[in-house]
Amino acid sequence: MPHGPLIYRHRLPTRIAHWVWAVSLFFLLLTGLQIFNAFPSLHIGRESGFDYDNAILAIGAVETPAGLRGVTRILGAEFDTTGVLGVSRGEVRAFPAALTIPSKTSLATGRIIHFFFAWLLVGTLILWLAASALNGHLRQLVPTLADLRALPRDIADHARLRFHHAANYGALQKLAYAFVLFLALPVMILTGLSMSPGVTAALPWLPELFGGRQTARTIHFLTMLALLGFFAVHMAMIILAGPVNEMRSILTGWYRTDGVSDA
Amino acid sequence: MLDRRRLLLGGAALALSGCRVFDSATEPESRLRALFASHEGLTRAAQRALIGDSLAPEYSEADIRQGQRPNGSTDPSGAGYRRMAASGFADYRLTVTGLVEAPQSLSLAALTALPSRTQITRHDCVEGWSCIARWQGVPLGTVLRLARPKLAARYAVFHCFDAIERGLSGEVFYYESIDLIEAFHPQTILAYAMNGMPLPVANGAPLRLRVERQLGYKMAKYVHGIELVDSLAALGRGRGSYWADRGYEWYAGI
Repeated sequence: MPHGPLIYRHRLPTRIAHWVWAVSLFFLLLTGLQIFNAFPSLHIGRESGFDYDNAILAIGAVETPAGLRGVTRILGAEFDTTGVLGVSRGEVRAFPAALTIPSKTSLATGRIIHFFFAWLLVGTLILWLAASALNGHLRQLVPTLADLRALPRDIADHARLRFHHAANYGALQKLAYAFVLFLALPVMILTGLSMSPGVTAALPWLPELFGGRQTARTIHFLTMLALLGFFAVHMAMIILAGPVNEMRSILTGWYRTDGVSDA
Repeated sequence: MLDRRRLLLGGAALALSGCRVFDSATEPESRLRALFASHEGLTRAAQRALIGDSLAPEYSEADIRQGQRPNGSTDPSGAGYRRMAASGFADYRLTVTGLVEAPQSLSLAALTALPSRTQITRHDCVEGWSCIARWQGVPLGTVLRLARPKLAARYAVFHCFDAIERGLSGEVFYYESIDLIEAFHPQTILAYAMNGMPLPVANGAPLRLRVERQLGYKMAKYVHGIELVDSLAALGRGRGSYWADRGYEWYAGI
């Protein structure tokens, strides 16, 4: 554990934005799965193939002599996912009730809650970006050449579970945060907008940028998986690097850094 | 109050009870729903500002790779509709009523004699799927001009032959509405042909609406009456359309 001085690491806009994003992404994920359930397949192109196959993922159910079975098809390979995907608690639904908001099937309600938190996420992202550009936080996040040079060392340290508690973010940390804030979230927002027929009329190039409306929908889903991956790593790092110190810094801003004896 | 407490407890209770804590949001009168739906005005205003007079993208013949997937009602069961369909809609009439100077009753022959518009567009369903098809029909604006809307008219309401529900008070026929900005948009047409063929029954024969900058449920099928009104309060449960009355957005651009 670090024994150095406490430093003020996270300013108020960053702390508020962090928690608004955490809550928003939680709701966006679970309402997103509700919305996905209305048409549980992912396609490549502008349209969804019904008379031809352009699906890369499809979740469905089949009637067998032994009862209903959930079937998930990924890139042509079929998996029996009864109990989780396709069929859960005897009900035909792609993602189970425990993973959707609301738990029962209601596309209309899922959409209302999804768009509510989409506004909240976009609004806080814009405000945080503006505040961080002004207070210099943005510069702390953007990976530099020095970070890339430090990367092999940082990877080796992480592999040995040797974490540094410094005022500045490490190379991997910067890359992870930059990936989420400057790539994953903007892609999420833009692919989300690409699915809107209204936005398509206003900005016809936007869905085309992603390869068409259905590809945009597929990218929206895959980026969700990437964000889930980030969340898993994020949680693991907090636990491994010292949960009390990490939580204090994102709640109060104060972070204990490595002392001379920790180096 | 209960709703707010449920919201706060939501995260904690989630692991135990799935996401049932938010199920009250499915009730039309719930305060939780009202909170979540509070963005609707903002969402609509943002879309209106962004979309303006823009046209939906139109595609080429090569982009039509399949038939148009029928959804919702695909075979209205009313005796009157059945009889009409059996005779090839020879005695079909589209009525234009309400706040108009010259109410109309137009046969299919009269409608097809008017100048038509053909467009290959992408149909986006609220469920998430898309289909590209070629639509031919008479611009709604042309039909409305024949009827000469009164100054007080703000919305065009579409009355349809298909009933999805049977309630205690009888069948609930599909109804939809758009404002006159959308109604006079050049791509808003009353389609009578699809992919070069007369409109099939499954897709809304003999006449369906195309509102290309909104989701599929706005594009009423089996249209028999257009009524111009100044308010949607008296229609259905007052939110302006069959699906809006069942929790979906009235302005369906997203």
